[in-house]
Amino acid sequence: MTLEELRKLREEQKKSLSRRSTDNKDIQIIVGMGTCGIAAGAKETLDAFMEELDEQDLSSVKVTQTGCMGLCYVEPTVEVIMPDMPDVIYGKVDPEIARKIIRKHVLNKTMVNDHVFDRPAADIVEEGGKQ
Amino acid sequence: MAAFTNFVLVCGGTGCEAAKADQIYKNLMHECEHQGVKDKVQVVKTGCFGFCEQGPIVKVLPDESFYVQVNPEDAKEIVSEHLVKGREVSRLLYNKAESKKRAQIDEMDFYQKQFRVVLRNCGLINPENIDEYLGRDGYVALEKALFEMKPDDIIEELKKSGLRGRGGAGFPTWMKWNFTKQVENDQKYVVCNADEGDPGAYMDRSTLEGDPHSILEAMTIAGYTTGANYGYIYIRAEYPLAIRRLKIAMQQAREYGVLGDNILDSGFSFDIEIRLGAGAFVCGEETALLRSIEGERGMPTPRPPFPATKGVFGQPTVINNVETWANVPIIVMKGGEWFSKIGTEDSKGTKVFALTGKIRNSGLVEVPMGTTLREIVFDIGGGIPNGKEFKAVQTGGPSGGVITKDYLDTPIDYVHLQELGSIMGSGGMIVMDEDDCMVDVSKFYLGFTVDESCGKCAPCRVGGRTLYNILDRITEGEGEMEDLEKIKSIAHAMQKASLCGLGQTAPNPIISTMTYFEDEYKAHIKDQRCPSGHCKKLISYHILADKCIGCGLCARRCPVNAISGEIRQLHSIDQDICIKCGECYNACKFDAVYVR
Repeated sequence: MTLEELRKLREEQKKSLSRRSTDNKDIQIIVGMGTCGIAAGAKETLDAFMEELDEQDLSSVKVTQTGCMGLCYVEPTVEVIMPDMPDVIYGKVDPEIARKIIRKHVLNKTMVNDHVFDRPAADIVEEGGKQ
Repeated sequence: MAAFTNFVLVCGGTGCEAAKADQIYKNLMHECEHQGVKDKVQVVKTGCFGFCEQGPIVKVLPDESFYVQVNPEDAKEIVSEHLVKGREVSRLLYNKAESKKRAQIDEMDFYQKQFRVVLRNCGLINPENIDEYLGRDGYVALEKALFEMKPDDIIEELKKSGLRGRGGAGFPTWMKWNFTKQVENDQKYVVCNADEGDPGAYMDRSTLEGDPHSILEAMTIAGYTTGANYGYIYIRAEYPLAIRRLKIAMQQAREYGVLGDNILDSGFSFDIEIRLGAGAFVCGEETALLRSIEGERGMPTPRPPFPATKGVFGQPTVINNVETWANVPIIVMKGGEWFSKIGTEDSKGTKVFALTGKIRNSGLVEVPMGTTLREIVFDIGGGIPNGKEFKAVQTGGPSGGVITKDYLDTPIDYVHLQELGSIMGSGGMIVMDEDDCMVDVSKFYLGFTVDESCGKCAPCRVGGRTLYNILDRITEGEGEMEDLEKIKSIAHAMQKASLCGLGQTAPNPIISTMTYFEDEYKAHIKDQRCPSGHCKKLISYHILADKCIGCGLCARRCPVNAISGEIRQLHSIDQDICIKCGECYNACKFDAVYVR
């Protein structure tokens, strides 16, 4: 790849990372899949998300993985990004809570009690420092 | 249904719960209904926000308003002002000036004590997708280095940044790179030390698992700077997920042309190979690590010659730890001056700690250098669980020491930790409470270094074993007062005469605990007593006559039937049979069992 191609691709990726359209097409569920998350059951959580999305026939939700967020005491951790809702980090997400997140948060735009956690630090990469 | 326009998060951690968070939650619900915003606002109970000293905490989204020390009576004002009229209640807002001063990054506005440079992408991007790394300014630093900077410019930025090695010793990174750069040689190497072996430390694993490209990018930049075109990542075989993600990342980087031959048509080539370590702690020592890469037995060699001039296969080699590498791209991208604003006078940047042990919110914590231990343990970590008393923190793993209650306000940086007889180390931080016996703790660490000693030099091989035996005797109640002097002289010999860091630092945990907890050692030896009730040989369980109601629960729980007594009569423990497991102590509902 040449320098120009790389730059172009980076710009596209930047846009897609910050894109939040309002037509429910860009719902992302990001599961923390570091060794710590997996040891705490993140694989089961991921499976539960996939099953529930299947059952609810939600094809517009993208489920992806990420590394450790640092909140080891509440693994497995999950971040939900969707239109009309603030980005939310959920902790202690077992398969049951995963299903609740789909039904309440994704479908009803209502946060799930007792499982919301705070991002531990501001983002130094994104302009302005998103919290 | 209409979506909520605001979310009010009420911190429901145990710290805040005690401080009436529940009442705040109820009041907020009530006020929302009363003031007619019930359909627009959802009140949510959350987990612990880790800011317990300032609790109870209420956060309003999407405005990101962070209210601290909220009282149940404040609910009315939060609803009427903020949620109805859209005006923040400024008297409750957290004073951001304080945290801003610490990180000294003016353009930012945040309340968290943590500041993520190394972990900037961890938990945000998909580590198996190079596109997401690119989307977060990935490989911008490489681009800048290759096309806009000369090797000397990069060294200059590193010098300005003040970055020091994060593997333990804290050697200035720019100097290492510069030594290698200055050597005239056809073949040079770049090595990443990912042989993380301290008990309780997992910062490097998480970094590699969460953001593998940042390491590849940094190593490539080092290759360009020093004139090397081949790199090794030496990683323990016990980290299969990190290895897998590194391999995926390397594959993708080659496909994108940011690794391999003629990177981005610049004419510069660099490639990386993974070498697996077989889990020997000593291979984290740089000279032993280099031997292991060569296929030799992992044993240290005397320095000098330093790896910078004579490293892998006898060639000049830049070797840095994972966390050090992870800092490099951001320094090249944002400049050394940006980085040097974070931290203290002689310790720049941040440090990642693996906070474990007797702590509520265990986890990976990244803070600016100079943050105090109190802030890490109590503000971020949420303090000690189960109402127990904080006793000490062990930093630096088997090469470090303890920091006690009296020094909680010491700023954490290279200099201050050394003054206290500990070291920064790789960043393991194990919190201990009143139940932990300091003699036993140092025995644990020494047991670890004795196991992991390669055996090449006598001070480490023989000295370590002898020290361990003495500590073992003390915890069994067979210690003598002369042992304390003996420990000191053996420790001194090991520190002076051992070949590598492993042996030189192995006595540190004992020296440190003896300095701060000498009384505990003496209690074991003189009074045959373990003050924290931990060493089994030195404790016995007894039943208090005036508290025992004769329920018989302890007798039923006892695994060796050492407890006897008629029902509704005083029970007693047969000391000859008792194995001191503590089951009776935990079982008794009337505090009738006590430890002596």
